[in-house]
Amino acid sequence: MDNIDRQIINHLQDGFPVCAAPYQHAAQQLGISEAELLARLQALLADGTLSRFGPLYHAERVGGALTLAAVKVPPERYDEVTDIINAFPEVAHNYQRNHVLNMWFVLATETPAQLQQALADIEQQTGLPVYNMPKINEYFVGLRLEA
Amino acid sequence: MLDARDRQLLAHIQLGLPLCARPYQAIGDAIAMPETEVIERLTRLKQQGLIKRLGVIVKHRPLGYNANAMIVWDIPDALIHALGTQLSRYEFVTLCYQRPRLEAWPYNLYCMIHGKDRATVLAQLAQLDSACQLADFKREILFSRQCFKQRGALYPRASKQRAYG
Repeated sequence: MDNIDRQIINHLQDGFPVCAAPYQHAAQQLGISEAELLARLQALLADGTLSRFGPLYHAERVGGALTLAAVKVPPERYDEVTDIINAFPEVAHNYQRNHVLNMWFVLATETPAQLQQALADIEQQTGLPVYNMPKINEYFVGLRLEA
Repeated sequence: MLDARDRQLLAHIQLGLPLCARPYQAIGDAIAMPETEVIERLTRLKQQGLIKRLGVIVKHRPLGYNANAMIVWDIPDALIHALGTQLSRYEFVTLCYQRPRLEAWPYNLYCMIHGKDRATVLAQLAQLDSACQLADFKREILFSRQCFKQRGALYPRASKQRAYG
C-alpha cells in the first residue's frame, strides 16, 4: 500500500459520487487517471485491504434487524463453538475478546423474527446462553479510519 | 419508504459496485432500470440515510489497526445521552451505542476505539476519562484478540447475489 492507496481509502470511505461517471470524477479529485483508480480498487479488494466497495445500509431502516451478542465460551470449547456460530449466515462479525465473556458477534437478519430464531438456534446448538445486546441508541460517529 | 424497485436495487449492489466506467448503467442493465433512475434512487436513499455510506469498506487489521478496544460503562440513565453524544465527538471513537443492561452484564454505554497499539488506545481512554469525567463509573475494557469473521452485514438478502471485483 502506497500513498496513493492511502489517499484512495481516506477519500472514498464516504462520498463516492453518484453520477454517470463516478470513478472519473473521484479520480480527478485524487489526481490520478480513471484507469488507475479502477486498477487500484481492484487490487485493494483482491489483497483483502478492503472488505467491499459499495454501500453500508442502515439495517433497521431497510427492514433488517441487527444485534450485538456475546457468549462465555469455555476455553477448551472455543474452536468448536467458533465453528458452530460462524456457520450461521446471520453472523456478520465474530471477535474473540480478553474477558470471560470472550466471544462477541454481530447478527444481521432481514427481519426481527429471524434474529430471535438465530439467537435461539445458537443457544440450542452450543448449549450456552447468549447475551443479547441490541442497540437502543446510536451516537453518531464518522467511522473513518485514517490509512 | 422503500418500494420494490428500491429493494431490488439495494439487494443488487450490496456486495459491491461494479468496477467499470459507468457502474450505475451496469447496475441498471442488470435490473432493467435506466441509469438516470439508478442515480436518482441512490441519491435519494443516501439523502434519507437508508444508505449510511457509499464507498470503500475497510478492514481494520490490514491498515495496521491492531488494537481494537470495546469499552463498556454503567452510566446513570439521566446522563447517558449527554455522555454518549460527548464521546462520539472524539475522532478516535469509532462506534458509540447505548445498549440494554443485562442482569449478568450491567453495562449500558458501549464505545469502540480502533488504534494502532494498546498503549495508544489506553492513553485515548485516559483522555476520555478526564475530559468526560468517566472515571467513577463502573467499566470494563475488552480488547479483541482475534477476528474470526468480518464480512459486513448484508441485507436485504438478494435472490441472486453478485460480487464485483
